Amino acid sequence: MFGMKQKIRVAAGQGFWGDLPDAPVRQVEGGPIDYLMLDYLAEVTMSIMQKQKTRDRAAGYARDFVPLMKRILPTCVERNIKVTANAGGVNVKACAAAVREVARELGLAGKLKIGIVTGDDILDRIDELISRGIELHNMDTGEPLSTVRDRIQSANAYLGAAPIVEALAQGAQVIITGRVTDTGLTLGPLIHEFGWANDDWDRLAAGTIAGHIIECGAQCSGGNCQYEWQSIPDLANVGFPIAEASADATFVITKHDGTGGRVNVPSVTEQLLYEMGDPHEYITPDCVADFTTIHLGDDGPDRVRVFGIKGRPATDSLKVSISYSAGFKAVGTLVYAWPHAYAKAKMADKILRARLDRLGLRFDQILTEFVGANATHGLLAGAPPPDLAEVQLRVGVRGNDRAAIERFTKEIAPLILTGPPAVTGFAGGRPKVEEIVAYWPALIPKAEIQSLVEIIEV
Amino acid sequence: MKVQLTKLAHARSGDKGDTANVGVIALREGFYPLLVREVTEARVKEHFKGIVKGDVERFELPNLGALNFLLHESLDGGGTVSLMTDAQGKTFSTALLRMYIEISDDESSKLGLT
Repeated sequence: MFGMKQKIRVAAGQGFWGDLPDAPVRQVEGGPIDYLMLDYLAEVTMSIMQKQKTRDRAAGYARDFVPLMKRILPTCVERNIKVTANAGGVNVKACAAAVREVARELGLAGKLKIGIVTGDDILDRIDELISRGIELHNMDTGEPLSTVRDRIQSANAYLGAAPIVEALAQGAQVIITGRVTDTGLTLGPLIHEFGWANDDWDRLAAGTIAGHIIECGAQCSGGNCQYEWQSIPDLANVGFPIAEASADATFVITKHDGTGGRVNVPSVTEQLLYEMGDPHEYITPDCVADFTTIHLGDDGPDRVRVFGIKGRPATDSLKVSISYSAGFKAVGTLVYAWPHAYAKAKMADKILRARLDRLGLRFDQILTEFVGANATHGLLAGAPPPDLAEVQLRVGVRGNDRAAIERFTKEIAPLILTGPPAVTGFAGGRPKVEEIVAYWPALIPKAEIQSLVEIIEV
Repeated sequence: MKVQLTKLAHARSGDKGDTANVGVIALREGFYPLLVREVTEARVKEHFKGIVKGDVERFELPNLGALNFLLHESLDGGGTVSLMTDAQGKTFSTALLRMYIEISDDESSKLGLT
C-alpha cells in the first residue's frame, strides 16, 4: 500500500486505573510514538463507575483521563499521535464531552475528531435477554444469572478491535470506549494502519499478543520482574512499554531511550504468562491466539523481537462482565512487637474469636493471617523464627449480615487494653465495612451485541 | 541432591476469579526438560496442600521454556470477595519456587548446578 508506514509504535500509558499519573505524558514526550494506548478498566472498575453514575448522571468514567488529555492533547495534535482509551467506563459520552470541552479550551476546535465507542453496556437489556433464553450462565459455576438478578450492578460485553478500526477510518484522533478489551486498544490501530483482513488470524493474533504484553504497563519492562531484579536499573524512572509493529505482524517490545527499567526476553516472558489460562487458546473477540507459537529474540538493548505467532478463528461469543452485590466484609489489623510477637498475635486471635462466638456472630468466612510470618505463603512459610521483630495480626470477616460485620469492627481496638501486651498499630481507627461487589463472567452470542461508533468534532 | 526451584526458574502469578495462575520460566534452556519432568501437576498439588483446594492443571510452553499452572479454588473466592492479603495470587509465584526437586549428581553436574 502506497504511503503505508513501515512501522507503527503503540505506547502503553496506564496498566490500570490508578497507574503512574505521569506515565502517559512521558510516553508522548519521551520519543516517537504513533499511538498512545490507555487501559483503565479492571473487572471491578465497571461497578465502581456504575455506582458513581447512579449518584451523578455526568459521572461513571475514568475522571483522571480528562486532565490527562488536557496535558497531552496539544502535543498529540502537533505530532499526530492518536489515543485509544477505554476510559469511558459506563458513561462514554460524558467522558467524550468532557474531553471535547478541554480540547476547546486548548484552542483545538476544528483540529480534532473524537471517536466514541458504545454498545457494550447491556445492563438495561438483562431481563429481555433472559426472557429470550440467553441465561448468561456463570462461566465458572454454571449457575444462571437469574440467581443474582436483583443484585446486579453493571453488565458489559467485551468489545474487540473492530469499532476502534471503524473510528480510526472515520478520522478520529482520540477514541474513547467503554468495555473494549485491553488487547483491542492495541490491535485496532494495527489493523487500521496495516489493513489486515478480519480473517487474517495469524496477524490478528500477533496484534492481540502485542496488546497483551503492553497492557499492564511497566510490568513487561522491569516492574514486578523477578529475573535479576536487583540489577534492573532506575525503576524510579521506569520506561513504559512500546510495541513497534511491522505490517508482517512481527513486532519489537521496547521503551523510550533514557528511561529506567529493562526490556529483555525474561521480562517479556514473565508478562506473557501473567493471568494466563490455557495458552493454546487465548480467546478475544477478534481471534483465538496460541501462546505456544510465540517466539522471542533479543534485538539489542531493551528490545525484544516477537515473531512466529499463530492464531485461529474467533469464536461466535463475546465475554460479558457482570458485577453484583455479594454481601459485606471488613478487615481489622493490630501489630504485636518482640518478644514472642507471633505467639501474642495468635493469642489475640484466639481471644477475638472467643468474643465473636460469645456474641453469637455468624460469618460466611473468617480468615486470620499473620503478616510478617505467613500471610502470603501460608503453610509453605514454615514455622516463623522465635525472635520476629513484629507481626501484624490481620483478621477478616465476610457475610450477608451487615450488622454482624459492623459489630466485628468494634472488637478490634479493645484488644489493645484487654489482650496480650506490646501491641500497637490502630491509628487508622475502626475497620470500614465494605460492600462486596462480585464478578460474574458469562458469554453472549456475538449477534446480540452491536457496537456503535460516533464521531464528534471538537 | 535436592535443588530448590529458585535456582532453576523465575515465575509470575496472577488470577482469574478463584483460580491463581503461576507461570514458571526456566532460567536456562537446559533446565526446561527438568521442570517438565519434575514439576508435575501432582507435585504442585502436594506442594500447595491446604492452600489450593481444587485441581491443579499444567500447560507446557516449550517455545518460552515455561510451564503454566492453574491452581483452582485457591483465593478464598478471589478478587473482591476474598479476605486474603494476596487476593490476586500475586505471591503464588515465589510460593511455588519454594519447591525442592531431587536430581542425580550426574545430571546436576551436567547442568552446572554443583
